Amino acid sequence: MVDIRSDASQAIPPAEVEDAELYHPKSWWTKYVFSQDAKIIAIQYSMTATAIGMVALVLSWLMRLQLGFPGTFDFIDADHYYQFITMHGMIMVIYLLTALFLGGFGNYLIPLMVGARDMVFPYANMLSYWLYLLAVLVLAAGFFAPGGPTGAGWTLYPPQAILSGTPGGKDWGILLMLFSLILFIIGFTMGGLNYVVTVLQGRARGMTLMRMPLTIWGIFTATIMALLAFPALFVAAVMMLFDRLLGTSFFMPAIVEMGEQLQQGGGSPILFQHLFWFFGHPEVYIVALPAFGIVSDLISTHARKNIFGYRMMVWAIVIIGALSFIVWAHHMYVSGMNPKFGFFFATTTLIIAVPTAIKVYNWVLTLWRGDIHLSLPMLFALAFIVTFVNGGLTGLFLGNVVVDVPLSDTMFVVAHFHMVMGVAPILVIFGAIYHWYPKVTGRMLNEAMGQIHFWVTFLGAYLIFFPMHYLGLLGIPRRYHELGETAFIPESAHTLNAFISVMALTVGAAQILFLFNLVWSLKKGREAGGNPWRATTLEWQTPQTPPAHGNWGKELPVVYRWAYDYSVPGAAEDFIPQNQPGLGRPTREAAS
Amino acid sequence: MSVMLLFLAAIAAIIIWWIAQQRLTSRPWLEVGHLGQPGGGERSPVPAVKVGLYVFLAVVGALFSLFISAYLMRVGTPDWWSTPIPRLLWLNTAILIVSSAAMQWAKTEAERGRDDPMRTALLAALATAILFLTGQVFAWRELTEAGYVLADNPANSFFYVITGMHGLHILGGLVALGRTTVKAWSAPVSRRLRLSVDLCAVYWHFMLAVWLILFALFAGWANDFADLCRELLT
Repeated sequence: MVDIRSDASQAIPPAEVEDAELYHPKSWWTKYVFSQDAKIIAIQYSMTATAIGMVALVLSWLMRLQLGFPGTFDFIDADHYYQFITMHGMIMVIYLLTALFLGGFGNYLIPLMVGARDMVFPYANMLSYWLYLLAVLVLAAGFFAPGGPTGAGWTLYPPQAILSGTPGGKDWGILLMLFSLILFIIGFTMGGLNYVVTVLQGRARGMTLMRMPLTIWGIFTATIMALLAFPALFVAAVMMLFDRLLGTSFFMPAIVEMGEQLQQGGGSPILFQHLFWFFGHPEVYIVALPAFGIVSDLISTHARKNIFGYRMMVWAIVIIGALSFIVWAHHMYVSGMNPKFGFFFATTTLIIAVPTAIKVYNWVLTLWRGDIHLSLPMLFALAFIVTFVNGGLTGLFLGNVVVDVPLSDTMFVVAHFHMVMGVAPILVIFGAIYHWYPKVTGRMLNEAMGQIHFWVTFLGAYLIFFPMHYLGLLGIPRRYHELGETAFIPESAHTLNAFISVMALTVGAAQILFLFNLVWSLKKGREAGGNPWRATTLEWQTPQTPPAHGNWGKELPVVYRWAYDYSVPGAAEDFIPQNQPGLGRPTREAAS
Repeated sequence: MSVMLLFLAAIAAIIIWWIAQQRLTSRPWLEVGHLGQPGGGERSPVPAVKVGLYVFLAVVGALFSLFISAYLMRVGTPDWWSTPIPRLLWLNTAILIVSSAAMQWAKTEAERGRDDPMRTALLAALATAILFLTGQVFAWRELTEAGYVLADNPANSFFYVITGMHGLHILGGLVALGRTTVKAWSAPVSRRLRLSVDLCAVYWHFMLAVWLILFALFAGWANDFADLCRELLT
């Protein structure tokens, strides 16, 4: 370790407080409701996302009840089943995962981790949340609209999405869904501009890009991707609205609906698929990259060891982000395409495995000979690595055209994407909540409840989705409301389905325990102190916990080192905060 | 999707150019205490709102690239009859160019600190932009009266949707420009206001560029390009 400036007298004095730039709330309403403080907005985002996510969880229960015990619950008819699938998928992918990672963690962590007082455009940030809330309400209104929510599947493929055979196709369902998506995208763009510009312009002195924690790298790259990918969904939604409301034929081919030839014709459903997946594939990485970043920080902190191959991790994040824009058509193999395209997209898909594998190796190598503390965040991070590797390997199967075509419409795909983009990021979200909850509230989450939550969730998720791969290989189709008496499906498959359903209910129940823990620990949790994990990154060095408005008291922090100085030989403690100039005892006058 | 990929390639080039200056090959674990290059965390000379605007323009650019991509994928299908270009559009294009030029004038005057010509220029830009939007509405009416209605033909649908989306963006810009103009006329000119004028000018030039591309697309000059793309892909 070359310590260029260990002499504290050479340290650069912190920047003076820039009070004029910070908006100060004047009443309870502007402080807690119409707040422009990124930390409050983050909590608002997280709570809204969790609330609508619980709806999606209940929907998955209902679907599993139908699949596991067909015919037992007669209120779940085919139409309802499709509505549940659609809403479950759309909520989980966009309104929960995207909103929680970028709106929730992004808002909370970016200003704190880069040493800023707040986001650069606090007003737009506030609008972003309120548009998101509006989008969620419009989406949820679908449940109460005549005809119910749309049942078009989360991909909303036309022409079926806007025809009368699909639930909500000629009613309010599809309209509310499209309006909600448009609102979400507008709201997200406002927030996304904030996240990007704050990272670019708001960093504390000394915080070079290569000193940023990987969490910020992940969120930053994911936000740029989202800003470029969401317009595709926006375009698709606008054009579909025109098709549905004004009779244009962007996507509508000549079609007979209920024995009646429609006016529309000549449109291209494939065009919609291109637009949708041009958004849809980057979306996978919009969710995955923040998870990658957060996991890197959790592992490094809880193994008391610097992250292995930091530069490689940064480059891998950027390369994955770039590659993910040229693989979208691997979702469309079954739609048919020129074999050369199939070859191209299969190749790019498989190439993504290279930077991804680098990341996995680096996580494992970080653990190697580390001082591993099996705290709750670490458990979830480890669970993520295993789950992600599992889901990623089946992704290599499905990335090949010849393997994908027979498997595409089976439960194998359901198992694959739930492992890789459902369970894996959710595990990171849990780990991150256990990790940062002490900073947000000043108290630790209850350990015993956390352990139960972890083991039930982790093992339960495997018991749900591992057998599902097998069902898929048997040829059990997905999207089917009821399998009925089919010759090729053995009796054991039905038993397995019932087992999966029971596990799904159990894992769901564990999430209720987790929510209870969040509320219970708010008052009864153990006092955490400012830096319970003895972590190096800036958010743990704030003068108050929870951080006050403006985050840093009088003086902004100055950054002297990267984010991973754990177990540095010769240092007084096994971690050196980023804002500490030398190796010695921390001079944390701010922290006292 | 070739246009969108071209656009992304341009964005990627900008990102690579920017990243190349960020010392991404440095070894942060060896550089303790060192504060990094002057840009690293120091307030860079470009104000945050300006960076924000450029990022926003990238989003808007992606939006229109995707619309154009969709257009080029749909164009030439058997049910496609090209929409004639109303002659009014030529006039509108000229007006938008004038508007953009007026914005440039306002920006130059703001930089030189001459407030009165700047106010006049802002007003001219505002008026011409409103004139452009009105002209667009009249162009729409001309088309519908000639029987080219929205749902009749995909060419019409694309024409209305894309010009409408462009109009909405101009309208959004008008809100910002209107506020800037009102402030410029009602109060002494501050540094902040000069920045606003600068930002409005950047946005105006961008929307003019988008419009010129769209106009070329609708006029059919882009067909050769579309054919080229199609040949490349088949």
